[in-house]
Amino acid sequence: MPPPAKKRGRLFIWHKHMELSFYLIQALNGVQYGFLLFLVASGLTLVFGVMGIINLAHGSFYMIGAYLAYWLSAMTGNLFIAVLLGLPLSIAIGFAVERFCISFLYARDHLEQVLLTYGLILIFNEGQRILWGNDVYGVAIPNWLSGSITLTDTQSYPVYRLFISFACIAVAVGLYFLIHKTRLGMTIRAGASNREMAQALGIDINNLFAAVFALGAGLAAFSGMIAAPVEAVYPGIGENILVVSLVIVVIVGIGSIRGAFAGAMMIGLADAFGKTLAPDYASFIVYGVMAAVLVWRPQGIFGGSPQ
Amino acid sequence: MTGTAKLRMAILLAVIAGLALVPFVVGEFYLLLMTKIAALAILAISLDLLLGYSGMISFGHAAFLGVGAYAGAMLAPEYEAANMLITLPLSIAAATLVAFLIGVLAIRTSGIYFIMVTLAFAQMAFYVAHDTPFFGGSDGRLIFSKPQVRLGDMVLADLSGNEIYYYTTLGFLIVSYLCLTMIVRSPFGQIIQGIKSNEQRMRALGFPTAKYRLASFVIAGAFAGLAGYLLAYQAEYVSPAMLGWQQSGLLLMMVILGGSGTLWGPAVGAFLLIAVEEFLADLTGHWMGLMGLFIVLIVIFLPHGLAGLAARIYRPTEAEVDDD
Repeated sequence: MPPPAKKRGRLFIWHKHMELSFYLIQALNGVQYGFLLFLVASGLTLVFGVMGIINLAHGSFYMIGAYLAYWLSAMTGNLFIAVLLGLPLSIAIGFAVERFCISFLYARDHLEQVLLTYGLILIFNEGQRILWGNDVYGVAIPNWLSGSITLTDTQSYPVYRLFISFACIAVAVGLYFLIHKTRLGMTIRAGASNREMAQALGIDINNLFAAVFALGAGLAAFSGMIAAPVEAVYPGIGENILVVSLVIVVIVGIGSIRGAFAGAMMIGLADAFGKTLAPDYASFIVYGVMAAVLVWRPQGIFGGSPQ
Repeated sequence: MTGTAKLRMAILLAVIAGLALVPFVVGEFYLLLMTKIAALAILAISLDLLLGYSGMISFGHAAFLGVGAYAGAMLAPEYEAANMLITLPLSIAAATLVAFLIGVLAIRTSGIYFIMVTLAFAQMAFYVAHDTPFFGGSDGRLIFSKPQVRLGDMVLADLSGNEIYYYTTLGFLIVSYLCLTMIVRSPFGQIIQGIKSNEQRMRALGFPTAKYRLASFVIAGAFAGLAGYLLAYQAEYVSPAMLGWQQSGLLLMMVILGGSGTLWGPAVGAFLLIAVEEFLADLTGHWMGLMGLFIVLIVIFLPHGLAGLAARIYRPTEAEVDDD
């Protein structure tokens, strides 16, 4: 038996009740965070895969979702109505951003894409400051989801976190069907594998790009909305999720939604276990994973050829 | 010397003479601002070594600025002036070391992955400064006096006046500009430009391209460390915001605004961007949003910066060749 740690600052903290239920709770937390990350990272990777655009403002849509969830649920008193109203609004913002900014970038190099979307982050953050200020907000969990499930005498798990996982699974399944079973999905896949050929076959690439970008924005906003009750809504929330999504894309390689799923789960679990086992170093675990992958397979875990 | 080379030398000397006259013309506030701009210009031209000559888009250049600045602040004794002859080389060494460590990992990727990796590692450096009490946390650290140049107990120069500190920074800018100009014209510079235009060809010719890219990344990091040190003592304060992604983005914008691949362009870009920032900050408290709008408009309408604009106006045929 390792001695119990007396204070923070040790690399590992050994809990007294490090039983199965402890691991189960961390695993559930990790999977739940992983699902959220997956929705954000899949939008990022989809937009790059189809449109060839690296969108740094992707995290801003997560931020918009989180603030809309706070604002609309405070007005309507119900998180679900907030999501129903906020999601179309975020998708519309995504559509407008594609039409008025991103559409200039298709023939440009990555540096210009990165800079323009960086400018967009500054604009969105200023909008957030003007509308909602610099305060930190909480969002109430709907009553019927506010309970928790008892695991042992001392430990229980909140129902809402389970709900997040199930909501994300539902969206992921929906995304799978959209991409593999619908006509829009077929054009998305065609655009991703060969843009010029898809265009030559009569696919309206402008509409397709707008749709894909709006879809990516919607995915990020949706995760921001349902995550709002468990993570506070604060300035800079979008950049935090953006950097983690970029790390996911780096470790698995860009363009593959399946890869994004694996990477998101890896980072989600590493984060959840890291936070409890080595709390002082938790914020660096994500980067440690990235550094390890860069040493081991710089082309990404699922990347075929070197970048 | 050819005619254009003579003209360029004349313009360079005229600009230096003009900058040397600044303390006689402007007041305290603008002198401090010009000092800040001179230090940021070192950052912009060092980033141009990566962007314009090596073809490496680093979205994490502020990390090395931050390392240089924090090293300078941490090495400063609390109640007396720091000795620049000791603290400056150590700060540059710290930035060089961190650039090497990040570079070893980052150069294993290229293209958009390089952008994302440098952004992520810079954000990690930000969290180190922001979350560790050792570095002062989110409050940052104060520096209590400007540095001196001392040999033993003999004070050769005291940099506590605003004028002399401005001239020191300007001197470092000129030296950095000349050094980087020599670097890009040297065989090393030719090789990194060759790697930029076609890495596979350079590798086929037998050049260890990864080592050259790493060397270029580390050199840029060292100059960024120098600039960070100068900025820290200009403000007499360091904070995590110096390392943030916003700062890295602004540095990239300086290079693009001036025109990458010219060295003088990014230096002008630094001046213009800070001028725009000051103008907007005077206008409204919400200037960051207007800055974002400015960046979006520049990228859409002036992607090659002022150097590109100048080339288009004076040499339209060459500009079209450059535009390919």
